[in-house]
Amino acid sequence: MSNPILSTHNLVKAFGALTATDDVSIDLFPGEIHALIGPNGAGKSTLIAQICGGLTPDSGRVVLQGRDVTQDSTAARARAGLGRTFQISALAMEDTVLENALLGALGASHRPWRFWRKALSDKALCERALSALERVGLADDKDRRTSELSHGQRRQLEVAVALTLEPRAFLMPEPMAGLGTGGSQRLIGFLDGLRGEAPILLVEHDMDAVFALADRISVLASGQVIATGTVDEIRRDPAVREAYLGEDA
Amino acid sequence: MIGERSITLVVLGLLLAVVAWALVVDEPFTITLATRAAILALAAVGLNIALGIGGMVSLGHAVFFGLGGYAMGILAYHAQSFSALDLGLVSVAGTKSMPVIWLVALGVSALAALLIGLLSLRTSGVYFIMITLAFGQMFYYFAISWSAYGGEDGLSIYVRNGFPGLNTLVPIQFFGICFALLCAALFLNARLRASPFGLALNAARQVPARIETVGLTPFRLKLVAFVISGAITGLAGALFADLNRFVSPTMFSWQLSGELIVLIVIGGVGRLIGPVIGACLFVALEHWLGGLTEFWHVYLGAILLGIVLFARGGIVGLLTGREGPHV
Repeated sequence: MSNPILSTHNLVKAFGALTATDDVSIDLFPGEIHALIGPNGAGKSTLIAQICGGLTPDSGRVVLQGRDVTQDSTAARARAGLGRTFQISALAMEDTVLENALLGALGASHRPWRFWRKALSDKALCERALSALERVGLADDKDRRTSELSHGQRRQLEVAVALTLEPRAFLMPEPMAGLGTGGSQRLIGFLDGLRGEAPILLVEHDMDAVFALADRISVLASGQVIATGTVDEIRRDPAVREAYLGEDA
Repeated sequence: MIGERSITLVVLGLLLAVVAWALVVDEPFTITLATRAAILALAAVGLNIALGIGGMVSLGHAVFFGLGGYAMGILAYHAQSFSALDLGLVSVAGTKSMPVIWLVALGVSALAALLIGLLSLRTSGVYFIMITLAFGQMFYYFAISWSAYGGEDGLSIYVRNGFPGLNTLVPIQFFGICFALLCAALFLNARLRASPFGLALNAARQVPARIETVGLTPFRLKLVAFVISGAITGLAGALFADLNRFVSPTMFSWQLSGELIVLIVIGGVGRLIGPVIGACLFVALEHWLGGLTEFWHVYLGAILLGIVLFARGGIVGLLTGREGPHV
């Protein structure tokens, strides 16, 4: 088996008496979509925050492409190749769609320290941003203000900004949140094709999406990974059925 | 609705027209008022980079205004008294040359902005406001007790500093210098906000989390913006001191910091020409209403209240019909 692009080793994070992340080790291998599921309060957000750099674990390590990034800032992890989307869109609403995509291109080029030339007349930056917008189907909306976009389009733009970074691993907490059936189907189709570029750690409540996309699933409950396996293995796992799929299964 | 670019040109044109009229009917005092407006506008254009684009509500920009003023005052004082300025290791002669004074004012205020920014940008929101206010008060009380340069009484400079090829004592010529610097600062500001740096800074104000996840550090972006902002306000301070030929601790006062914010809010936060509109209106009201009643600040307050309640984008927002500060 090849080396994982992204992995956590025995992460522990406690808030007082509550151990939100309890000895969590997961791997994200090249070419896969690894779905992370779990009931509300299972510790998914806390885990994501530790992977991105928003929270520092009490113990354990986060390794990105063989390098320990546990002590690195969010920005440093992004530069090291971690591209994330936000569950609640974090976009510059006053700016245009293209300008938001440019932010990613700007970060990826490591060159924000230019004060004179117009960002919009920088060909390399704009091409990178435009190609990402084209891929998610927002090229025609590039000059619109982001605040005018529909919820679904904002989700698309979230993905586009992550694409401009050309990351080595994607981290996507609930990219389908609030999308209608049509929107979800389109995004599922898109993410399906994305795994060849960079693997995706997908946190998702939409079980249809998870079963359609995931190569492997990890189930989180009370801060612990109670099972990791293929879709079929997880469906059959009695512990998972009890903890999570419970009533539905 | 009217485009922002045309408003910018019209406002600058109006200011020039008023000065041209004053020149024709020989009203030098009006030219002095216009000069005062241009200098306050320059100071607020500086603050607008931090406040409008970067979202840093600095209640301490009088520090840079005052440092620019004292840079001018101290250099000119040593030049007029033919005494050496002792800087510890070296001692230098004073100067009456505006370009040299400007460079010193820019340098000193940029350095102060770097140090103040390094400390205060670790906080945000109301803590940032308070810490910048605290720095302002420190400088204010230091200036009051700095008896070598007049302490509370301030420092008078007898003759306005010189600019090669111009007679700066002629009001229109000094206005020309201030107006040119204001236009240069506006041009710099316009380039800055369209540049990659401006784009990132503007987003750092709106969504800091996003900026981090694209690999940039909001703190660094804001610090650089704060330094640029402080330097421009410092330059305005040097001109202000030259206009009055007088420097005093009131240039460091927190009221002045507050006034600069008021100018920006009246004109439109983050709008390129906002501070200029605010400064012109402020100086006009100060003069006309101030002549009618001692309590002219009440009317200024009423205008401010009206703008905050009914025109969140300031006067520029009202004219363009767009609330957001973005061009």
